[in-house]
Amino acid sequence: MSPETEEHRVRTPEAEKAPPHGHPLDSVLRSEVLPHIWCPGCGIGVALGAFLQGLDRAGIPLEKRVLVGGIGCSSRVVYYAKADAYHTTHGRAIPFATGIKLANPALHVTVFAGDGDLFAIGGNHFIHAARRNMDILVVCINNFNYGMTGGQSGPTTPHDARTTTTPNGNFEIPFNLPQLAAAVGAVYVARWTTLDVRRLRDCFTEAAGKQGFRFVEVLAPCPVSFGKNNDIGSGLDEMDYYRGLEQIWGSPAGLPERVEVRSNGDLSGTDISLHRPIIVGKFIDRVRPTFLDSYKAVATAAAAKGKPP
Amino acid sequence: MSPEKGVVLTGSHFMLGDQACAEGAIYAGCRFFAGYPITPATEIAERMAERLPPMGGQYIQMEDEIGSIAAILGASVAGVKAMTATSGPGFSLMQENLGLGFMMEVPCVVVNVQRGGPSTGLPTSIGQQDMMQARFGSHGDYAAIAYCPSSPQEAFELTIDAFNTAERLRTPVLVMMDEVVGHMRERVVILEVGKRQLLFRRLASVPPSQYRPYRVDEDLVPEMALAGAGYSVRMTSLTHDELGRAVTDTATQAVLVPRLLRKVYEHREVYEQYELRHAKDAEVLVVAYGITGRSAMGAVEAARARGIRAGLFRPKTVWPFPGDALLRAARTVRRVVVAEVNMGQVALEVERLLAGKCTVVRVTSPGGEVLAPELILEACAPDRAPKVRR
Repeated sequence: MSPETEEHRVRTPEAEKAPPHGHPLDSVLRSEVLPHIWCPGCGIGVALGAFLQGLDRAGIPLEKRVLVGGIGCSSRVVYYAKADAYHTTHGRAIPFATGIKLANPALHVTVFAGDGDLFAIGGNHFIHAARRNMDILVVCINNFNYGMTGGQSGPTTPHDARTTTTPNGNFEIPFNLPQLAAAVGAVYVARWTTLDVRRLRDCFTEAAGKQGFRFVEVLAPCPVSFGKNNDIGSGLDEMDYYRGLEQIWGSPAGLPERVEVRSNGDLSGTDISLHRPIIVGKFIDRVRPTFLDSYKAVATAAAAKGKPP
Repeated sequence: MSPEKGVVLTGSHFMLGDQACAEGAIYAGCRFFAGYPITPATEIAERMAERLPPMGGQYIQMEDEIGSIAAILGASVAGVKAMTATSGPGFSLMQENLGLGFMMEVPCVVVNVQRGGPSTGLPTSIGQQDMMQARFGSHGDYAAIAYCPSSPQEAFELTIDAFNTAERLRTPVLVMMDEVVGHMRERVVILEVGKRQLLFRRLASVPPSQYRPYRVDEDLVPEMALAGAGYSVRMTSLTHDELGRAVTDTATQAVLVPRLLRKVYEHREVYEQYELRHAKDAEVLVVAYGITGRSAMGAVEAARARGIRAGLFRPKTVWPFPGDALLRAARTVRRVVVAEVNMGQVALEVERLLAGKCTVVRVTSPGGEVLAPELILEACAPDRAPKVRR
């Protein structure tokens, strides 16, 4: 086995027990419900794999893992991982997860959902959970469109991109998710593509080990909807786009490598455009008191006063 | 989950109906409240914000009512009894996730202190206009359970009952108050801890390897595994099988949805409550709930004083409507008067149940004030009651 292959293995006790010819993640997947629903070339499975490896490395035990999804392809992640898993309503995964975390603070709660779920219908919950520094990890699979319903435009669809509801090109301006998350108070903000499997895995390990509102944006190909509508081709071609193969988009040849890694917290220029480099990296890593830290301090003081109502 | 001593305010108090509702929740063991300010339900949130933190409970003011109901569902799946409270506009926003609670079978209590609508309507005045929304507001076929208290004391008692029903049947339960009951201040007697039985959902009784999340026996209520208990629970808003797997086919739907409905309808003994007054010899029966039940009682007594044999049927659970009890009470009755602060909502159910067996008269109001007993009296015996000046 080459070191390269070894790198992909999960070296947890659970993984060691996996059948010799099984999937290396069998111990943390609900393998009995496979195959999954995702299309060929979809990036969500890659993100899930990196997430599960990251959680293993962070030492989060299975019985402490909670996954909450909304509605959409990305939210279906909660079906396939071993965890207490809740597939809720469109846009409402974050408040549902908030209730779980506050009811049992010992749990490690992750919200897995798509860009439309988290930032269109669920945008209000996102900004408030971040403002409160609610102790949850939010993973956004950003594939630039509504995949499950067949490729409509959404809050992250790049300007000019074609979708079934922007057949002549998107005339709206998309969100810059890391900038948004940073502005509303997230303590950890990172963006990677599904090509950055190991960086993504390490990012999840790091994020899982921190407290507070953590946000990871994963740029994932959606060849069946977004790729098709924009003549990108297969999932591999779409991943190549993330890597910066400018010819896919008909841009002038000779552009520098499109994917740029930054970690100095500078979020300028991180907007995603069809015509500029996509900047990935860890943007924010800071400490703020969590909601529960502040709540407990106030509740303890109130209890000490013992004032009857 | 029994409430600790020192937390429950045992004794006799003078308090708002909204506050009594909050105290009922605390007595019932509710330790999580998520809400959003709205008149006339705000006093429930204020009471919970003051009461819950010192006792180790959790209060959170959410960004909206959608977040509020989602948060209480989350708290409940993690094993904490949870409640939210709102009024009409917020109740509208909660409808989708009420359906989620029904589908996932998550016990919780949702309070609606009703005001006048539609839309922003009469924020500070009474309405009973969300009764049909309580029954049918969320999409899909589902069964609603709704309590309607007539006084602060009953707000306290029925909120405890609402929690017990939610836990017993693993389903969201509504407390449909109204602005007047919520904002009236009356004596509320709170019993000692332990005087009222408190229920908690049946927890998974088998090890994780044998646990089937939605397996039921003839009781139709599945055992629940809480988040963090090591069961790798899977719960979904999609149509699901006994294992909790999303299976979106007609066969799975045909097992799931009828079972969810039967679970509620075949357990009437768990929740059904109503009050009968002077019903034995009644020739006229007044049906009214919430604050209107008290106007109706005044009308019934005034009618009796005039020699009209009037009786009262006051459902404390309006949904599912106590239909058999109504039919029994109405057996010898010529005339049924349905009084409510709306343009005729529960009257539709009464008319459906009586199916032409007797005359049904509606006393309606677009909202804003309590129905005067005189209006109900006039409807009881138009030829013998004094005319009401409108």
